[in-house]
Amino acid sequence: MGWYNKRLAKSLWVFHVSASPCNNCDIEILDLLTPRYDVERFGIKLVGSVRHADVLLVTGVINEKVAPLVRRLYKQAPKPVFVVGVGTCPTSGCCFKESYNTVERREDVIPFDLYVEGCPPKPEAMIDAIVKLVGVLNG
Amino acid sequence: MIAQAVFDVFVFPGVLFTAVLGLMAGWLDRKVSARFQYRVGPPLFQNFNDFFKLLGKETILVKSGVPWLFVAAPLAGFAVMSLVATAVGTALFSGRSAGADLIVVMYLLMLYSALIVLGGSSPGNVYSSLGAGREVKLLLADELPFILACLVPVIRSGYQLKLTAILAHQSEHGMLVGSVSGVLAFVVALLAVQAKMALPPFHIPEAETELVAGPFMEYGGPLLAFWKLDQFMMFVVFPFLLILLFWGGFPLAGLGVLWGVLKYLLILVLMIIIKNTNPRLRTDTAIAFFWKYLSPLALAAVVLAVLGV
Repeated sequence: MGWYNKRLAKSLWVFHVSASPCNNCDIEILDLLTPRYDVERFGIKLVGSVRHADVLLVTGVINEKVAPLVRRLYKQAPKPVFVVGVGTCPTSGCCFKESYNTVERREDVIPFDLYVEGCPPKPEAMIDAIVKLVGVLNG
Repeated sequence: MIAQAVFDVFVFPGVLFTAVLGLMAGWLDRKVSARFQYRVGPPLFQNFNDFFKLLGKETILVKSGVPWLFVAAPLAGFAVMSLVATAVGTALFSGRSAGADLIVVMYLLMLYSALIVLGGSSPGNVYSSLGAGREVKLLLADELPFILACLVPVIRSGYQLKLTAILAHQSEHGMLVGSVSGVLAFVVALLAVQAKMALPPFHIPEAETELVAGPFMEYGGPLLAFWKLDQFMMFVVFPFLLILLFWGGFPLAGLGVLWGVLKYLLILVLMIIIKNTNPRLRTDTAIAFFWKYLSPLALAAVVLAVLGV
């Protein structure tokens, strides 16, 4: 599997799951594709269909209304697939953690592999997270 | 004889050569597009990594769809592209036409679009079906000018449909882009090829901003890998076909190789430049563009070719 993991590490296709975000992290994610950061250097591509995805970027605190859809999206993605929580919301719930419609345990909805801290995280922090994921895949 | 045919199809102008060259051409496409946007772009073997990664992923069949058609369409598309690559490549490089003339090549290229339609409509997904419908409209739009443009070399070479005969005529009388009808037909064929490959400005079926990924939306894993490979192989097949029809072939001796490579790169970069400088057309504007402007132009080229200009 070592050889395959190296191929996978060099071509991570990213699908963007908006699980009730405030849109701030989403804008920062789009920054990654701009000329200043250009993650296509690492083979990372934003895809529109979850069937093409290798990485699900989850932004936002997952609330009760969107939780079934997030679970379904995870099931629809062809495995192996990695889940990265972007921002403070999927990491700790941020200021919404006491809210009435936030799910109790986000890990039960979708199994996170990696968290990126920040509200929103800087694009550099997200690139650092992806590099760590690539490092794990390369063993 | 059979060993030769197997070699033709699977190794030299066929599957292996076309796939490797196509993946590299696809890298050139991504790199040049990135430079157009002041980005750095992907590393050299990016498309190989993408292809092998997709081969190792899970295949998902949709419950509501037609599973056998869903699986068969990309594989048949791959077979069709390999056959076209073999027919065009053997005529271009070794002077044999592998039993196929221009009619067969045009028929197979049309069959490939039909397979995209079948593959796109098989999972029963709304977006994917819409993409398949748009592919039909695009096929309706580009097929007439493409056939008319391909008729010009046929007429100029004395009504011969064999690919090798068209090449032989051009090596005797000079390449066809040197004449008025040849230039007109080449321009029309280049734009029709842009539509046949569904590259921008004619990426109407794939339209990632509204139809997600068009006909390929439900494909994932190895089946998507084959669709992607087909698209990269088209980066080889169509420029080679244009070189064969209009640019006087690909001589394999001495400086001729360099000249041939230059022709290939010129057509490829021309396609990439058209791709990067034009936004997507609407379906109706695309059909109007092909039927109102390019078809009369191609018809004029045919008339001029009959007059021998």
